[in-house]
Amino acid sequence: MSEHTESKDRSQLRQKRMIADHFERLSRAKEEGKKVVYTFVPGNLTELIGAFDMLPVLPEINALQSGMRKKSAGYIAEAEKSGHSEDVCTYVKCDIGMLRSGNIGPTGTKLPEPDLLLLSYTGCFTFMKWFELLKQEYKCPVVMLHVPYQPDGVITDEMRSYVVEQLRTEVIPAMERVTGTRVDVDKLAAHLSLSKQAEDDLVAVWESARHRPSPIDGYFGGVYYVGPIFSSFRGSHDAVMYYRELREEVEARVARKEGPMAPDGPVKEKYRLVVEGPPNWTNFNEFWQMFSREGAVVVSSTYTRVGGLYDQGFRHDPSHPLDTLADYCLGCYTNLGLPSRVDLLAKYIREYEADGFLVNSVKSCNSFSVGQLLMLRKLEEKTGVPGGFIESDLVDPRYFGKANIENRVQSYLQMLEARKARGTSADAVVSP
Amino acid sequence: MTDPAAPIFERARALVDDYTLGAVKAWKAAHPGALAVGHMPVYTPRPLIEATGSLPVAVFGGGDSLDIIRGDSYFQSYICHIPRSTVELGLGGHLDALDGMVFPSICDVIRNLGGMWKMLFPQKYVAYLDLPQNFDKDVGGRFYTSELRRIARELAGRGARTLDADALLGAIARENERRVTLEQLDAVRRAEPWRLRATEAYVAVRAGSVMPAEEHTRLLREILAAVKLRTARPVDNVRVVLVGSFCEQPPFELIRALEKAGCDIVEDDFQLGMRMIDGPIEPCAGEDPVEALSRAFLERGRASASRYIDRNEKGADLVARVHACAADGVIFAAASFCDPALLDQPMLEAALERAGIPHTSFKFAENTGQFQVIREQAGAFSDAVKLWGPAGAPVAAQEASV
Repeated sequence: MSEHTESKDRSQLRQKRMIADHFERLSRAKEEGKKVVYTFVPGNLTELIGAFDMLPVLPEINALQSGMRKKSAGYIAEAEKSGHSEDVCTYVKCDIGMLRSGNIGPTGTKLPEPDLLLLSYTGCFTFMKWFELLKQEYKCPVVMLHVPYQPDGVITDEMRSYVVEQLRTEVIPAMERVTGTRVDVDKLAAHLSLSKQAEDDLVAVWESARHRPSPIDGYFGGVYYVGPIFSSFRGSHDAVMYYRELREEVEARVARKEGPMAPDGPVKEKYRLVVEGPPNWTNFNEFWQMFSREGAVVVSSTYTRVGGLYDQGFRHDPSHPLDTLADYCLGCYTNLGLPSRVDLLAKYIREYEADGFLVNSVKSCNSFSVGQLLMLRKLEEKTGVPGGFIESDLVDPRYFGKANIENRVQSYLQMLEARKARGTSADAVVSP
Repeated sequence: MTDPAAPIFERARALVDDYTLGAVKAWKAAHPGALAVGHMPVYTPRPLIEATGSLPVAVFGGGDSLDIIRGDSYFQSYICHIPRSTVELGLGGHLDALDGMVFPSICDVIRNLGGMWKMLFPQKYVAYLDLPQNFDKDVGGRFYTSELRRIARELAGRGARTLDADALLGAIARENERRVTLEQLDAVRRAEPWRLRATEAYVAVRAGSVMPAEEHTRLLREILAAVKLRTARPVDNVRVVLVGSFCEQPPFELIRALEKAGCDIVEDDFQLGMRMIDGPIEPCAGEDPVEALSRAFLERGRASASRYIDRNEKGADLVARVHACAADGVIFAAASFCDPALLDQPMLEAALERAGIPHTSFKFAENTGQFQVIREQAGAFSDAVKLWGPAGAPVAAQEASV
C-alpha cells in the first residue's frame, strides 16, 4: 500500500469508527439511561445536545443511508401503501417506511425511540410535516425551533432574537425536562470551541479546491467530508481529529499535485465544475463515475453547505453560545433567498475558476429545486459560464434514469470541451 | 321565477375571472398615488395593507383560463401549478397593476417564488412574510409584529401612507365587519345549502380578493339579501367538508362537478386566508393594533397545513369542524405536488378514521379540464354515505389524480 493510500485511509477509517461507535452508543442508550433526540441536519443543535449528554439521531442521514444500501425503494413503497402520496418528499417516506419495518439503522441495529423530537424548522417546510408525522408514532415531547428565512441574505436583530428566545424559553427547558439536568453553559461553550477548530480545518479542505488540479471533489467526495460536521459529531474531539487528519491528507495531495480519488481510482482533472443541489443516493457511485471517468471534478457545491456556510466566515463562537447557535441555524444554505444563492454560486464559479456549473434538481426537495431553472439563467448571465441541468431524486430509485442522466452529463461535458477547443470567451454562453 | 341573486353572482364571477385585474386598475385610477399590493396564499393580514392606504390583492394564480407558455419553462414537472401560472401572469404583464407582492410562509414553493419574483421583477416591491410557528406572544408574537411593522415601513418607503394606529384600528374594524358578513353567508350555506351553492359561496368570497374590505362587505350583504329571496327547494345531498385547496384553487367546474355528484360542500378551506382568523380581531384597551393583529393570528389562527400544531392533536380541528357543520364526510382535494396538503392528509385521515368520519380524496391542478373520474368518485362516495350513513360508509376511498 502506498503512503498516499495509507494517509487517505486514516481519516476514512476514523470516520467509519466514529459512526460505528455512535450507533453502538445508540443501541445501548436505553439501558444506559442516555436520552435520544431526533433532529435535522440544517440548523442542528449538536453542541447543545452534547451539553446535555443526549444522543442525536438524524432521520435524513438514515434515509440517505437507506438509499445507498438499496433499502429505500422498499421503505418508500411501505409508506405509500399506508397512504402517503407519491408526490411528496421521499426522505420522509423512506423514514416512515423504515420505522414501520422495524427501524433498523445503517449498522444493522435497531434505533432507539426518541425521548425528544427536536424540530429545527430551518430552510425546509417539509421538516415540520415530517415531525408532525413522527409525533403520531412516538409518545415523546416535540419541541419546535422556528428559524426565520433570510429572504435578503441578511440576519436581522429580530431574527436572531426570535431564535435565541426560542432556545431560552422552549428548547433548553424541554431538554432540561427530558434529561432532568440543568444546562451547563461551560460545557456548551467547550463544545462550541471544538466546533470552531473543526470548522477552520473544514474550510481549509474546501479551499484546497482552488488548486489545479483540485485535490478534492467538493461534491461527491464532499459529502463524505461533511459527514461528521453535519451529523452527530460537531463539537466533539473526534471531529477535531477527523478534520485535522483530513486537512493534512488534502494538503499532502496538493503538495504532490494529485487530483481527488473517486470510486474507480484517481481522477485526472479535465473540467472544473460547481454543482447546485443534493446528490442522488440510490445510485451514488454510478452518478459519481459519470463525472470522474470524464475527468470532471466538482470544485465547489452548495449541498455541502446545507449544514453551515463556514467558508463564508461563520464560526461557532463559544463566547456567545445562544447567539452563535442562532446565527448558525439562520445561515444554512437552504435558508437563504434565491438571489443570495445565485450570488454565492457565482462567487464559487469565479473563485474556483469553474469551467461550468451543473444543477442536479431533485424531485423530493422543493426547498432546493423551486427556482433552479431561473438560477441557471441568472448564473449564466452573471458569470458567462454555461450551466447544465439534470434531474433525479434523493432516495427514490424510480427517478434515477441512468441513461438519460448520463447522456445529459456527456453532452454537457462535450459542449465544455468544444468551448475549450475554441478558446471560447466567457461571454459566449451555451445552455444544453 | 328570475333568480334575484343571479346578476350579483354574475358581477362577482366577472371579477374572479378577470386575471388582468381590471378592478384593481379602476381602484388605482380612483386613488391616484396609492399602491396595490398582491399577496399569495395562505395568509397575509389585509388590514395592515389597507391601513397604509393600499389595496391588498389576493393572487391565486391563473386558474384554468390562462395558457401557460413561459411559466412552465421556469419549473420542473414535479412542482405544483400555481407558481407556473403566477409567473405567466407576471411575465404577461397581467399583474402590472400591482406595485408589489407579499409571499407569506406556507411552503418552500411559495417561499422560493418570492425569490424568483425579486429576480424577475426587480423594480417591484417584494416581501417575504415569515408567519411565526411559535405562538407565545413574547416570542413568536414579538417577531411577527416586527415583520408586520417592517412590511408597513417598506410600503411607506414605496409611497404608501405611514402606518398609524387609528388607520389600522379602522382597517381592523372594517375587516371584522367583512368577517361577520362572511360568517352570515357561511351560516346560510350550512343551514340551507340548496339556497347558496358552494360554487356561489366560492365566487362571493373570492371576489373580495380585488377590493377593500368595506366594498366586499357591501357585496356580501347584497348576496345575502338576494339569496334569502330565492325560492329554492331542499335537495337530498350529502353534506361534506372539503379540505386541501387552501392555496392552488381547483377549477370552478370541478367544484360544480362535486355538487352535481350529490355533495353539498358546507365548509371548505378555499381561499383560507380570507377567513384565517376565527372570530373578530379585538384590540384590548390601550393595545397597539399591530399587536392585536398579531395576537389574533397567534391565538385564533385556524389550524391549517402550514401552521405547526403544537398543543392540540393533529386533525382535532377538522373533526370539530365536521361535527360543527353536521357534515357526513370529508373530501380531500389537494393540488398535485402540494406538500403541505399531501403531507398533512395521512394525519387528518387518521383523525377522521378514529372519529368514524368517512372520507375520500383526489388531486387536481388548477387547469384540470376533465372531471368525470372525480365526479364518479364523489358520486360513489355520496351514494355510500347515503346508503349506509357515516358510520357504515367506507372510511377511505381510492385516491384519484387528474
